[in-house]
Amino acid sequence: MIRQIILLLVSLGLLLFHAGCQESSTSKPSENKLIITGSSTMAPLVADIGKRFESKHPGVRVDVQTGGSSRGVQDARTGLAHIGMASRALKAQEAQDLVGITLAKDGIGLIVHQDNPVTNLTTQQVIDIYTGMITHWQAVGGSNAKIVVVNKAEGRGTLEMFLAHFHLANADIRADVVIGDNEQGIKTVAGNPHALGYVSIGTAEYDATHGVPIRLLQLDGIPASLETVRNGTFPISRPLTLVTTTQPSTLAQTFISFATSSDVHDLVAQHYFIPLAS
Amino acid sequence: MIWSLNIISSPLHRDQLLRWALWGCASMAGLILVFIVMFLVLESIPALRHLGASRFMLDSSWHPVEDSFNLLPIIMGTLLATVGAILLAGPLGFCSALFCEWYAPPRFSSLYSRFIELLAGIPSVVFGLWGLVVLVPLINHWHPPGASLLTGILILALMILPTISLLAQSSLAQVPTEYIRGAAALGLGRWATLRRVIIPAAKSGLWTAALLATVRALGETMAVLMVCGNVVQMPSSVFNPIRTLTANMALEMSYAADDHRSALFVSGVVLLLMVSILVMTATWTSRTPRHV
Repeated sequence: MIRQIILLLVSLGLLLFHAGCQESSTSKPSENKLIITGSSTMAPLVADIGKRFESKHPGVRVDVQTGGSSRGVQDARTGLAHIGMASRALKAQEAQDLVGITLAKDGIGLIVHQDNPVTNLTTQQVIDIYTGMITHWQAVGGSNAKIVVVNKAEGRGTLEMFLAHFHLANADIRADVVIGDNEQGIKTVAGNPHALGYVSIGTAEYDATHGVPIRLLQLDGIPASLETVRNGTFPISRPLTLVTTTQPSTLAQTFISFATSSDVHDLVAQHYFIPLAS
Repeated sequence: MIWSLNIISSPLHRDQLLRWALWGCASMAGLILVFIVMFLVLESIPALRHLGASRFMLDSSWHPVEDSFNLLPIIMGTLLATVGAILLAGPLGFCSALFCEWYAPPRFSSLYSRFIELLAGIPSVVFGLWGLVVLVPLINHWHPPGASLLTGILILALMILPTISLLAQSSLAQVPTEYIRGAAALGLGRWATLRRVIIPAAKSGLWTAALLATVRALGETMAVLMVCGNVVQMPSSVFNPIRTLTANMALEMSYAADDHRSALFVSGVVLLLMVSILVMTATWTSRTPRHV
């Protein structure tokens, strides 16, 4: 009994000690460790690039953490991360002390259920639907059903981008469903023939070609696809940006030039983003 | 070595050591709670200081990025979803416990209990996914948009049903056999025994069941996040979407900064207060003597 208690206390002590050690090792980034934080849209892609980078540079560890674009910018500025990820362009005030390098591009497209007869919406129609001026599909050439408006939760990069493009304030939007990530948005629209939502075009195109009953809508007659985002005709697109201070470490520089080289174009395409033409 | 031999040889020391060890474990559990509460409060102080508590009730809406922070619709949504779920799952769970304990054939009853236990073990995200792909489209068919207070209530009720049913069943089973024999000796029928003897005797256990279920419903996050629609508004019918306090934090926390982030911690403190009030009321009501 006594021995067990002592053993328990000793192991607890060891555990705490060990946790303490780990804590101090992450807070002091070593020469061979690259910490990247930020946008959850970019994280899976950057993690894959990191794995390939690790295999080419033995001894180097790439640690990718999510937390949103704002955190990526903040961490790059405060030095908590070597590189930040932001799924948008740097704002003017951020670009004063930070450098942004575009890794790839992504577009935001409107999606509906595949049974919905509507194929195209104009910019004005989208604004009217999202502000509650148009409430039924009939008004835009669809069936006589109420439109279920799907919006994104506050603070998300996709929401900011959508609002900026349509010159809307989030307080003006009359939503029926508010969602978190792209997948939840796609599931919501796939389960509701009268829903209208907007998500990353890459994710939507992948899901639509893999049996999920959703369809990307044209905007002002321009089809939403990776192709139209690539050639710049589709209006709502965003750069996926790697953010550093003006003087990044050598390792960070090596990583960025690797991540923007044609060596990783296959990875970018795998994640349904658009590699920049080199 | 000699030291440890010494301890083992003296029962007094052994007791003392055990006492300290247990004391240490108990205080660790308590301390963790204190730390969590302190952390919540410390993180929410910046928002309370910058914005003042009144803005969380008087602002026009919840749009933290556009500087308005009204939490009332979210608190209301949380309460309505929880109360609805309890009103639905409470009687159901209670009746199923009565049935299992008193009316069902033993073999059926034990099989049924296994089923309920299995239901209790299903992770909440699975409930949420099922709600999102099955229940929401179904309700949308009936009354759009589908993701609504009603869907949230149904999913929550399903999730707390096992808690109520299992706890109620065990508290019914704990009623001393003397009571039952006494009732039989008085010539009471089964229903009269239940109503006049068993249920009053098991009352505090039944209240505990309801309380634990309520706390679980209040704290549930993932499933309600997926089926409630998450629109911040005072619902005017059960078909309107709502947002709960937990969903609010889960949706926005990783994307929030400064006052917005701190305001989310305020919603955490509000949730904590709601749970504390509930627990205190329950302790208080179970302490007042009830005449049977």
